Amino acid sequence: MSETKIEIKGLTKVFGKNPKGMMKHVDAGISKEDLLEHHGHVLGLHDINMELHTRKIEVVMGLSGSGKSTLIRHINRLIEPTAGSISVDGEEVLKMNDAQLRRFRQEKTAMVFQKFALLPHRTIIDNVSFGLKVQGKEKGFIHDQAMHWLERVGLKGVEKHYPSQLSGGMQQRVGLARALSCDADILMMDEAFSALDPLIRSDMQDLLLELQEELHKTIVFITHDLDEALKIGDRIAILNGGRLVQHGSAQEILLNPADDYVERFVADVNRTRVLLAKSIMVDDKPEDQAQSVTVNEDETVDNVLHALLSEDGSYVIVEDDKGRKVGYIDKETLAETVFQAEQKSAA
Amino acid sequence: MFYDQEVADMEWLTEFPSLTRGELRGFRKSVDESFRSFTQEYGESLESFFDPLLNFLIWSEKVLLAAPWPVVILAIAALAFLGSHSWKIVFGVVASLLAIGYMGMWDDTMRTLSIITVCTIVAIAIGIPLGILMARSNRLQALITPILDIMQTMPSFVYLIPVVMLLGIGKVPGMIAVIIYALPPIVRLTNLGIRQVDAEVVEAANAFGCTAWQKLTNVQMPLALPSIFAGVNQTIMMALSMVVIASMIGVTGLGQPVLKAITNQYFSLGLLNGLAIVAIAIIFDRVSQRYGLRIQKHRQGGHHV
Repeated sequence: MSETKIEIKGLTKVFGKNPKGMMKHVDAGISKEDLLEHHGHVLGLHDINMELHTRKIEVVMGLSGSGKSTLIRHINRLIEPTAGSISVDGEEVLKMNDAQLRRFRQEKTAMVFQKFALLPHRTIIDNVSFGLKVQGKEKGFIHDQAMHWLERVGLKGVEKHYPSQLSGGMQQRVGLARALSCDADILMMDEAFSALDPLIRSDMQDLLLELQEELHKTIVFITHDLDEALKIGDRIAILNGGRLVQHGSAQEILLNPADDYVERFVADVNRTRVLLAKSIMVDDKPEDQAQSVTVNEDETVDNVLHALLSEDGSYVIVEDDKGRKVGYIDKETLAETVFQAEQKSAA
Repeated sequence: MFYDQEVADMEWLTEFPSLTRGELRGFRKSVDESFRSFTQEYGESLESFFDPLLNFLIWSEKVLLAAPWPVVILAIAALAFLGSHSWKIVFGVVASLLAIGYMGMWDDTMRTLSIITVCTIVAIAIGIPLGILMARSNRLQALITPILDIMQTMPSFVYLIPVVMLLGIGKVPGMIAVIIYALPPIVRLTNLGIRQVDAEVVEAANAFGCTAWQKLTNVQMPLALPSIFAGVNQTIMMALSMVVIASMIGVTGLGQPVLKAITNQYFSLGLLNGLAIVAIAIIFDRVSQRYGLRIQKHRQGGHHV
């Protein structure tokens, strides 16, 4: 089981002139619409409780206005909550004084922004160095680090350029390099790839996954794109109207949507590409079956189907990474899963 | 009889209910007298307070007047080139300075140049920090904005009165009048420039744990620079336009011959000195605008590899 890196408890944010005064209505369960209409305050987040696991990609997903950007800004206290608490590695973020908070932001967290937020008057290398310079690190070290991370994100050779000379995708690589060079445990990405073209977005997602395999940071990734969430998220939290509706793995959310909203949200997903062998396998070995095919438990249903058909097997043995048998899938289950997936997508 | 009675009743509508002449005289007298006693008590210490300013001005005047004219022209041309990187502008600068000298206005022009320089430096030294403070606090902005409005719209002759009462006639009161008039644009545009810096970039600075100072020097000031520069340009122009008025209280320079021309109806004298002021204004403006454009060349998108 993963350990908790960031723990959020009872987090509520009300925007307006007298947020504290609105808490009694919020606690009484007033809706976002009523609070706005009758009291002129906006309910940004309501009673969010969640644990974000260490070294995982935690995706926070929701449509615009769902409070996802507000939520991520509470983790490093760019926004002060109206009520609730946030702790990182057991340390209360809200109890920090200014100096402690600055240290925390410098050393524990790094952020990547939707519109890149680079310094237009500084060269690329200076932009990547920014976080370390703020930390007051030694010059040679900063340069080495910045060059290292620029190379890691595939941007060697542009260090003397200015941001306006680069394409959007390249600028966001700079943003990523700037965040990574800080060597912080927590990487916060606020719709980091949303402003990019689909192809470049896909490249950036692959880059992030590749980097994560090696770096194992705790990544909080905000997006409004479900496909993106399913592709990169170890776990996904779905926000709606400032409330947390569901938090779990892609499998859990697809198989057991918490409510109608989530169900409608995931309706268009091609399940066979997301559901994994381990989600549909059973413990009992099918009887009287001769020809078997072996697959890894983390293969998608799509791939399982392909393996079974191409090798002309009659059932599937599922193994874990260490080659131990963990379950079986027979033809009927597979057919049923694919059929259901088609049905749901069509609905 | 009846009609008169009615008119008398309605008098408060047709005649504005004002203080009587005697009351008004008393009011003005008490204000004037208390200010006069204030001047008598503090005038001298105030004067010595402004001594460094005076010394700065006298020194810069001496330097400009004592230096041989070719050296001055070369120096100004070099500055113009450093600022604008444009030979066209440098040529214009040299040509207009030569014309000014040929028409016998060299000394007055040097005096005007030195007071403009000193006043602009002082206005920048006061205005930029004030603008930064204003950008940080909405309350301070609400407080200072009306004061700036007053400074800009109050007829300059009005605040010349207390300044002259306090400090007498001479260079220092002139400078103070010029600075009061020239200060508002730099304050306003510094404030505006900092407030207009892209919120996401400022947020990024916060997210990386910048101190207020790091944020100011690395992000806010550099990104507000074009706006601040427009403020400096405006401040210089305002200072120049005060030169003639300031000459009424003893500031030497191009303003004095203009003043003489007004009182004696010497058209050509007025026109020549007026044109010299225009020439200086255009030099300052073009050079500073070009410089402003150069420092923000990376701002615009597009590829200029």
